[in-house]
Amino acid sequence: MDLEFGLTMTIVGMGVTLGTLVFLILVISLLTRLFPFKEEKKKEIEG
Amino acid sequence: MDVFGSALSSLGGGFAALTWQAAVMIVLGIGLLYLGVVKGFEPLLLLPIGFGVILGNLPLAGMSAHDEGGVLNLLYKAGILTELFPVLLFIGLGAMIDFGPMLANPVVLIFGAAGQFGIFLTLFLALSLGFARQEAASIAIIGAMDGPTAIYVTTKFAPLLLPAISIAAYSYMSLVPIIQPPIMRFMTTKKERSIVMAYGSKKVSQKVKILFPVVAGIITILIAPMGAPLMGMLMLGNFLRESGVVKRLTDVSENALANIVTLLLGLTIGASMLGGNFLQWQTILIFGLGFIAICLDTVTGVLLGKFMCFITRGKINPLIGAAGTSAFPMSSRVVQKEGQKANPRSFLLWHAIGANTGGQIGSVMAAAVMLAVMVGLGIGPLLK
Repeated sequence: MDLEFGLTMTIVGMGVTLGTLVFLILVISLLTRLFPFKEEKKKEIEG
Repeated sequence: MDVFGSALSSLGGGFAALTWQAAVMIVLGIGLLYLGVVKGFEPLLLLPIGFGVILGNLPLAGMSAHDEGGVLNLLYKAGILTELFPVLLFIGLGAMIDFGPMLANPVVLIFGAAGQFGIFLTLFLALSLGFARQEAASIAIIGAMDGPTAIYVTTKFAPLLLPAISIAAYSYMSLVPIIQPPIMRFMTTKKERSIVMAYGSKKVSQKVKILFPVVAGIITILIAPMGAPLMGMLMLGNFLRESGVVKRLTDVSENALANIVTLLLGLTIGASMLGGNFLQWQTILIFGLGFIAICLDTVTGVLLGKFMCFITRGKINPLIGAAGTSAFPMSSRVVQKEGQKANPRSFLLWHAIGANTGGQIGSVMAAAVMLAVMVGLGIGPLLK
């Protein structure tokens, strides 16, 4: 069995996938702090 | 009379040229049509694939994807071998997905990683069974539970396995409601399955929804540029949707484009399934390994769910972990159903959809990293 290839693929593959998703969690948290949800005010129709 | 005889000589030739392998494949094609029409298993895909199998295996018809100059051969070359069809399909997928629940509760994105572990465990199994590196990677990607991703990776590295892998990927996606529940029940106690999670009331601003596909696209593509066609198109589709200013493009992406590509993709994949290259022991192994990959994804997802349940002191229902796959929205529905079976007051759908969209990103990321590693190791496509 090509153990070296399998291990490289698993460690790099899972490691980078997990690392990227954790990084995205941080990015999303930052975005939601920078742009918090505000209830949109309904525009009053004049006239 | 000679002229009359000559004129009739080419009629009915198909019966004489019919081999037993072609006959078996035609029966298989009819079986796929039956599953799609009567049982409702992924009819959008199984119908074109089933019909493609029948057309491709009818002798002398010139309708196989490998018949040089034939209609389906042209589509196969233009859409499959160039990887165009799966990539275009990702625009539609992006336009269909609402990342809102995930953005409101980003921690669930972590389940999208756990749901990919089966890919790498299956890679070991495939290597131990003697498959070449390119074949093993292509088979393992069935565990992404994402048809277009599986087709994209297989076209790049093991195009000869494309028919078996694409059929396995799409079949198992449709069987998620049958495959996942027994594993989820086996791995959790009724008490764990009964955990009620507060319904997500947190809302996300439209600015975040618009910025996410742009920022996430840039970050993920910078990390793994090989996955740019998949991630880029997924995020483009989602950006069109969330921008709110191109309703016509969003509508075309999630409906007309996705439907046309699905039809042509299914038809050409089906027409590439010829008796000679499909009816082999290898195909059975590929289906077996694909099944194991999907089971392992569920196992690792639920295990992470149990871990999260432990560290949050019972605030997270472990079933959510099973939704960290790319089978959207089937996995979310399965989680909701199992949660309600254990506790009718439990509504897990909102959380499960968050994990499920995380699984979509996770599977594309795992495939992109896999492609990058293969290229980094100097491994090219396996053409024989």
